[in-house]
Amino acid sequence: MATNDIYKKEYDVIIVGGGATGAGTARDCALRGLSVLLVERNDYSTGATGRNHGLMHSGARYAVTDSESASECISENMILRRIARHCVEETDGLFITLPEDDLGYQQTFVEACQRAGIRADILDPEEARRIEPAVNPDLIGAVRVPDASIDPFRLTVANLLDARMHGAETLNYHEVEGLIINQNRVEGVKLFNKLNGEHIEVRGRIVVNAAGIWGQRIAQSAGVNIQMFPARGALLIFGHRVNQMVINRCRKPANADILVPDDTVCVIGTTSDRIPIETVDDMRVTREEVDVLLKEGVKIAPSLATTRIIRAYAGVRPLVASDDDPTGRSISRGIVCLDHAKRDGLEGFVTITGGKMMTYRLMGEVATNAVCAKLGNTAPCVTATQPLPGSEEGAPSQSDLTKRYSFGQRAAIGRHGSLAARIEKDNDIDNALVCECEGVTVGEIKYAVHQLHVHNLVNLRRRTRVGMGTCQGKLCSCRAASLMGEFRNDVKGAQEDLAAFLDERWKGMRPVAWGDTLREAQLTAFIYEGLCGLDMAVNTEGKEDVQ
Amino acid sequence: MAERMQICNLSENNFEQCTKCSICTTVCPVAAVTTDYPGPKQAGPDGERYRLKDPAYFDKALKLCLNCKRCEVACPSGVHIADIIQHARMSASAGHHASLRDTMLANTDLLGTMANLVAPVANATLGLKPTKLVMDSVMAIDKHRTFPAYSRQKFTTWFKRHAAKQQDAFPNHVSYFHGCYVNYNFPKLGQDLVKLMNAIGYGVHLLEKEQCCGVALIANGLYKQAKRQARTNAASIRKAVNMDHRTVLTTSSSCTFNLRDEYPAVLKVDTTDVRDGISLATRFIYNLVDEEKVKLVFKQDYKRRIAYHTACHMQRMGWQLYSIELMRMIPSLDLQVLEQNCCGISGTYGFKKENYERSQAIGSILFKDISDAQVEAVATDCETCKWQIEMSTGLPVENPISILADALDLDATRKANGID
Repeated sequence: MATNDIYKKEYDVIIVGGGATGAGTARDCALRGLSVLLVERNDYSTGATGRNHGLMHSGARYAVTDSESASECISENMILRRIARHCVEETDGLFITLPEDDLGYQQTFVEACQRAGIRADILDPEEARRIEPAVNPDLIGAVRVPDASIDPFRLTVANLLDARMHGAETLNYHEVEGLIINQNRVEGVKLFNKLNGEHIEVRGRIVVNAAGIWGQRIAQSAGVNIQMFPARGALLIFGHRVNQMVINRCRKPANADILVPDDTVCVIGTTSDRIPIETVDDMRVTREEVDVLLKEGVKIAPSLATTRIIRAYAGVRPLVASDDDPTGRSISRGIVCLDHAKRDGLEGFVTITGGKMMTYRLMGEVATNAVCAKLGNTAPCVTATQPLPGSEEGAPSQSDLTKRYSFGQRAAIGRHGSLAARIEKDNDIDNALVCECEGVTVGEIKYAVHQLHVHNLVNLRRRTRVGMGTCQGKLCSCRAASLMGEFRNDVKGAQEDLAAFLDERWKGMRPVAWGDTLREAQLTAFIYEGLCGLDMAVNTEGKEDVQ
Repeated sequence: MAERMQICNLSENNFEQCTKCSICTTVCPVAAVTTDYPGPKQAGPDGERYRLKDPAYFDKALKLCLNCKRCEVACPSGVHIADIIQHARMSASAGHHASLRDTMLANTDLLGTMANLVAPVANATLGLKPTKLVMDSVMAIDKHRTFPAYSRQKFTTWFKRHAAKQQDAFPNHVSYFHGCYVNYNFPKLGQDLVKLMNAIGYGVHLLEKEQCCGVALIANGLYKQAKRQARTNAASIRKAVNMDHRTVLTTSSSCTFNLRDEYPAVLKVDTTDVRDGISLATRFIYNLVDEEKVKLVFKQDYKRRIAYHTACHMQRMGWQLYSIELMRMIPSLDLQVLEQNCCGISGTYGFKKENYERSQAIGSILFKDISDAQVEAVATDCETCKWQIEMSTGLPVENPISILADALDLDATRKANGID
């Protein structure tokens, strides 16, 4: 549908926020037959959704401290294994006890897991070293739990795709400037189209605030107070997988105590620091954070000390104050769904917050239930049983690959599951690799640009992994920019996009720029600036993709 | 603090030192002739990250790698690219059996032992058109290929009968890892080495036990057998170097490279303690001359125009200069040094029917250079390059040691070195 038509229509529900929660809510609403518009101020999954470990919790991490979250996690964990197979890697996880930890905690931990319904098997250290050779060999105890690895970008896109297949509209780069309020009733949203600078209004019967940490601002614009506690966490990405299983420390949650194998890399995290709400858009990682992560990381897997760190990043957990605590100091751990009609006397406005990426589906279900109750819709929720696009039966198998070198085709199946069938691969050009580190072909780029709402290279990276490998865009970004320029017939725009993309890559490399990462960055700078003169062709000041 | 902790971030396969500069791919002889092979960067460091995620990402295209090591020579970051590819092939083949053909091609010594017994028959039969057609269709050994002729007498038999006794009388001593080619196909090269070493005062001795170095076993996926043989050879070499204090000489660049570098890197049979005690004969002799420990006196009338081809593994070791400079000492020899280009055979690779065309395409640049050089013969330190160049250019190919032995004025050399 053309954007102009979207602006004219009145929707049953407008969802603010294109993270996993917003996407999951949009999918659920669409599957229950509502007309849906989802708006996102940047790209999809740019907030907390795209800035975490990529860990599909078993719930074990919360078992001792928060049994409700633990139960939610294990139940959603089992659901996601079925409905989001192509986003999930069933790695299992270990909770290890090191000599500096109290082995007595293990018993408490295992019992808490069992109470929450999480399978937790105590392994002997020898067995733990055998099944996960990367683990610190000095460990004195280990427990195996059903943790897994999940790709939040893919998960969000799959939810959006399904929502769209069921009639939803989705707009990225549309920022909510305010809500349209008429007599204690929210009737729509005022939007700023960041792509063309237009200000528009769109009407909807219910507006769902699924904007994560930014939800506080959205609510404020309607005169509603929600107290968020931004908790910042930094993480490091290593150049390849050193571990095949998630490894956690078996102790009370602390800094840098989880190492997750994600796709071709592994990620150690996180730190945890309360920050003022005003600073939630500053995602720079500090030297101190890098030090803590590495120092703790090598205790989990000693080989991290000699593995290249390709970048550092940070995210903000959207923790929310408990409504029942007037001081606003205590934090609600679980999912928070606020019907502002009941709470604040403002009709047509629902906030869904708290929770975790892991429980996004349940959050969507809870929010959709609230919306349906208001609209009198009685359709049941089917998101727990209906597979997401990409996870249906019949994904192309390895035997469907063409005989010649098929690295890109394999990688695409790994990323897109059954949707990989949509990627053109019948000729040499479509099979040619754009991103050599991650095996992204011209065909996959075409598919992403034409079907997955890609406006720039950063969007493309989130849909495909272009530029996420060890060279951080050195070889692929100019090829991808060239293709984008070709599709859009805009060479100048492609050059600017290329420069912005390389800047964005450098930002993540900068906190860990030593050794091979620095050599890599220097070669990149030499190619693009020294050889191609990109810095002279394009002025990138103030043109960064808002992260 | 973090930088210090990571000051030497060398992971086991060191693929993370790769900065994706792609120089390796520009020198890969296979990638240059086919789009079916993605080149060393992609097959090595890039693919390795995916194979670590899941071994199912192994791509059959990796079998097209020649293991010529040109990528490793070119890499400015010191990544062992070809080793990474070899390891990937090795893990992917675990549990699979090599085909009859590959087993036959790989077992150069077993085949040699049998063929020596019936050399005239074997040579005649292997050369017959019907045999070649059967091998082509049944065994998938390309019909264009001719197996190197088998000698009636093994080098070791000759050595024991005619040379062994005299060796102890020399003032200095070396051991000789002759390899399969010298033993079964071309004992003359071994005889030339003995003649040459004796003339400069060195007695030559066989190793206590020598088995095929296994380079063909590795290439054909027979890793267990390769490992067994490597252990036997390593023990013999260790004895020669550490107990007898003899340098172990070789006359084949591939055997040398395999013993010194592939044993520890690919087979995990550690020979690093005796690595310096293994040397190609030309390097050993060059150093002796250079240090003025021995003198070579050449015939004045050895007028030949010869082109030198640097074998890939020779280039990997960086030792071509020793062979070239030694031959340059021959006063009337007109030596043309060719640009380093792979000949395409890569041991048994080019014998396989599926590789024949690619093998010839890879070698075509070299063949043209040779033909342009207008020489009467080609010199190279690798026996499989020899077969390939002989088949593809029609010119005779000789080992530098044989050329030196031919060009040497034996009496004068003996006298100059004080040998009666």
